[in-house]
Amino acid sequence: MPAALEVRDLHKSFKTGFFLKKRKVLKGISFSVEQGEIFGYLGPNGAGKTTTIKCLMGLIFPETGRMRILDLPFDSLRAKARVGFLPENPYFYDYLTAREFLHFYGQLFRLGKQGRETKISSLLRLVDLEDSADLQLRKFSRGMLQRIGLAQSLLNEPSLVILDEPLGGLDPIGRKEIRDIVTRLKEEGKTVFLSSHILQDIEMICDRVAIIVNGEIISQGRLSDLISEKVLFTELIISGIDPARLKDLGENFMVRGERMFLKVFDESKLENILTLVREENGKLQSLIPRTETLEDIFVGMVKKK
Amino acid sequence: MKTKAIAFNTFKEAIKDRILYLLFFFAAACLIFSRILALLTVGDRVKIIADVGLAALSLIGALMAILVGTGLVYKEIDKKTIYTLLVKPIRRRQFILGKFFGMVMTLGVMLFFMTLIFLAVLFLHTFQIDWRLFVAVLLIFIELTLVAAVAILFSSFSTPILSSIFTLAFYLIGHFSWGFETLIEKMPSGLLKFLVQVIYTLLPDLENFNYKTEIVHHLPLPSSAVLLSIVYGIAYTSFILALAVIIFRKRDFL
Repeated sequence: MPAALEVRDLHKSFKTGFFLKKRKVLKGISFSVEQGEIFGYLGPNGAGKTTTIKCLMGLIFPETGRMRILDLPFDSLRAKARVGFLPENPYFYDYLTAREFLHFYGQLFRLGKQGRETKISSLLRLVDLEDSADLQLRKFSRGMLQRIGLAQSLLNEPSLVILDEPLGGLDPIGRKEIRDIVTRLKEEGKTVFLSSHILQDIEMICDRVAIIVNGEIISQGRLSDLISEKVLFTELIISGIDPARLKDLGENFMVRGERMFLKVFDESKLENILTLVREENGKLQSLIPRTETLEDIFVGMVKKK
Repeated sequence: MKTKAIAFNTFKEAIKDRILYLLFFFAAACLIFSRILALLTVGDRVKIIADVGLAALSLIGALMAILVGTGLVYKEIDKKTIYTLLVKPIRRRQFILGKFFGMVMTLGVMLFFMTLIFLAVLFLHTFQIDWRLFVAVLLIFIELTLVAAVAILFSSFSTPILSSIFTLAFYLIGHFSWGFETLIEKMPSGLLKFLVQVIYTLLPDLENFNYKTEIVHHLPLPSSAVLLSIVYGIAYTSFILALAVIIFRKRDFL
């Protein structure tokens, strides 16, 4: 099965300032996305995520590099017909209603009137905008715009969906709704490529990720390979014993009323604390082992770079 | 179908532009004012109404093409609606052509209503309609089409204010470039004459679309000249659109 998306050695620079000085934005990006997976493209602001996506979508022209979408040249109309795209902070024709807007874009895929009607109704249901279908887009909230944007990217039943910061600027409920839709797309067999800097969301839904910093990919792979299962430290909340006896057994010791908070890095010390709690008839209120998160890896890599 | 969809969407957008209605009312005022002006004139009053009326159609129509046309492509880039539009299976030339035809549709509708007012004012005075006026209006429409193409050309790489200035300059140069014709006739032959001839050929001559004098003063209207003007208009418009497509095809949308 060919890759859903293949990018090899992509370079792009922009000319900036009065003297049109060249600034390299992408310095040889390479990655590939397998069919049927959710691929996360991570990086801090200004790393080159949107530039990569704009190159892929033919909005800007790369200097060098090879890009193929579903084994077709990335800029061919056949490839475009099989891709759905939602840009960052999408903005649409605000004088159109949601339904008119989807009809307009449906025509660009040569969908007949009947086909459009059915497709649009099911998409409006999917993104939960049935009640606002005849409302002008200028009256839409940020979250609603994101959802209508997602609907327009799915008009052509795409095999590959490219989402640029789909969770940016949304409240927790909005983020959950988009995450659920993305997971559903995967279940339907679609490939999803999404860029983000909100790591928890990516961690929840992505199969593989690539991390881009300063126009270079510094790491990529399965999430399970990147994140080790090893326990880094344990967070404890204890009450009912003498604070003086507990103080030296862990780091970051804090007392809040009855309760004492501490972090323990050493497993043997953890045993000692638990024995102490049993002996003193204290109460163990919480014990949480912390493993490495994507955020730890990400912050570590970005700092190192 | 794709170009048509873009054209209709452009029409929907352009027809909502308030500038259009402001200009429309201004045109209506001019047309009605031409009747008052005629009352104050010694001589043939019908000629004054027809002359002022046709001039108003041409000038106000051109202002519509300039002020609305220059914003069309720019707005799509500025508001980033182009990001979701160009990634659909369409070619960039279809986008430019869609914008152009949408603007032509808008101008057509506006010109139609302005002509209705014009003919009504004239009819109230003469109780008859001169069919030759339709030829004048058709040629004004072709001129407006060309101005719209120029507006779209500039707006594909420049801001609305600069594009408006450039397009207005094109319109003004176009209406005065016929002066070169007289200059060429009077010049002694040589390199300078050749250069002036080249400049005149490259510059637009929008007076080619101006048949006001012939029509108002009932002079002969040779069909070959009218036909030549139409061909000139279509050829020049196609050239400008091709240029716009070439520029737009290479553009990065940041």
